[in-house]
Amino acid sequence: MKRNSVFAVAREAMRQHSGWRRTWGNPEPKKLYDVIIIGAGGHGLATAYYLGKNFGITNVAVIEKGWLGGGNTGRNTTIIRSNYLQDPSAAIYEKARSLYEDLSQDLNYNVMFSPRGVMMLAQTQHEIRGYQRTAHANSLQGVKTEFISPARVKELCPIMNIDGPRYPVLGALWQARGGSARHDAVAWGYARACSDMGMHILQKTEVTGITQQAGMVTGVDTSRGHIGCKKLGMVVAGHASAVAEMAGFQLPIESVPLQALVSEPIKPCMDVVVMANTVHGYMSQSDKGEMVIGGGTDAYNAYTQRGSFHHLEETVRALIETFPMVSRLKMLRHWGGIVDVTGDRSPILSKTPLGNTFINCGWGTGGFKAIPGSGWGFAELMAKGESPLTAEFGLDRFRAGRFIDESVAAGVAH
Amino acid sequence: MLILNCPYCGREKDETELAAGGEAHLKRFGPGSSDQDFEGYLFDRANPKGLHFERWRCAAGCGKWFHAARCTATLEVFGTYKAQTLEPPKTIRDAITAKRPGWSWRNFS
Repeated sequence: MKRNSVFAVAREAMRQHSGWRRTWGNPEPKKLYDVIIIGAGGHGLATAYYLGKNFGITNVAVIEKGWLGGGNTGRNTTIIRSNYLQDPSAAIYEKARSLYEDLSQDLNYNVMFSPRGVMMLAQTQHEIRGYQRTAHANSLQGVKTEFISPARVKELCPIMNIDGPRYPVLGALWQARGGSARHDAVAWGYARACSDMGMHILQKTEVTGITQQAGMVTGVDTSRGHIGCKKLGMVVAGHASAVAEMAGFQLPIESVPLQALVSEPIKPCMDVVVMANTVHGYMSQSDKGEMVIGGGTDAYNAYTQRGSFHHLEETVRALIETFPMVSRLKMLRHWGGIVDVTGDRSPILSKTPLGNTFINCGWGTGGFKAIPGSGWGFAELMAKGESPLTAEFGLDRFRAGRFIDESVAAGVAH
Repeated sequence: MLILNCPYCGREKDETELAAGGEAHLKRFGPGSSDQDFEGYLFDRANPKGLHFERWRCAAGCGKWFHAARCTATLEVFGTYKAQTLEPPKTIRDAITAKRPGWSWRNFS
């Protein structure tokens, strides 16, 4: 693969851009791979990448039912932060955030990581206490966050109305090195690097069954025939329960739609990411100028990739009070993604009851920010059978009662 | 907007007037049960893409809990029925069979 650089751009400009190559290959499946990853979203591709980079395992196929990065990787609101309360969460999310810092250089592909700062608004007394506690916990975990005053909030985000009658801003948890990145580019960059290492990315290949012998996985049946493997990783987010059922086990997961929407593009007006958890509204401005808005999840299971309209209405109603200037914005697009929510709102990165099969799921409403750390830890788990990053995220924690209870910590899904 | 008919008060309610209560027909395990059974009762869920049985509460109406048979892939509602039962009544099963022949869900079919 030719390296992307300013010289490459100049060179191609001189020859009518005839020298660009496909970003990733489109190979025919082999009969047998060392590792098969089901799901070519961010987490699956990152897992494959770190299997190759950190452990030299490159006889890998990443199998995708649809198109690469077309699930939740392409549907989220691209917020990156690591201000979690519990130690295992802070460790894996901060690993991810720190990997994002130089991911563009590592992948030689511009993922447009923008550490513009993330603030989580405290709009009730309960939230003030909660976020102050999180800020103290983060200090102990080595994650740089601070609790800031309403005046500082206004200074960082002048378009905000901090004196709203119903949702006043009483302070915020501020992570200056949080931010955002281009979600598609994260998937494309990992895919390009994987393809460059000789891995196979098999798009439009649906897994229809998982074959096993004597309690060990032997391969997967797909719409393009049977493909053998020595190890299997399932990284399919909202459809984790369906794939696990093929392998013969059940998961502590429920799949619900989560919605987002974007406005028409406007001039730059907001250079931070703002999250208002009390009202379930998240907002940032994309490089194109669109206001990117994330809402809440539906209360009932569904796989429809669209959500209930009243959730959208509630999100927008609350945001209009906090950001009066958005009240006349036209919304251009609206969509939903299917998020896999666990009982304690923390992910599952684990061995499974089926031998040599591993699962990475349960990221719920906040998986994008974790992509590099999740891939790093899950690759180590698959290669070595254990990883310090994933040790606490096993499936067995639900039986043992060792929850990583971010649900209570945040007071909301997140 | 999801609309369900409450089998107690007979009113059509949309989802803003209802409270979703998760999977129906769970067998309850309490103190003294095995860790595996307790875990299954608390956490393991069918979470199917397709037919699902679930609990709802007529929150802004009569306040009663009831059950619904619904498709999670299309949001089609096959019917609702009262909660004082351990399994879906025959009328509901027949209504599902008419539209989804050969269906199964956990131990029901």
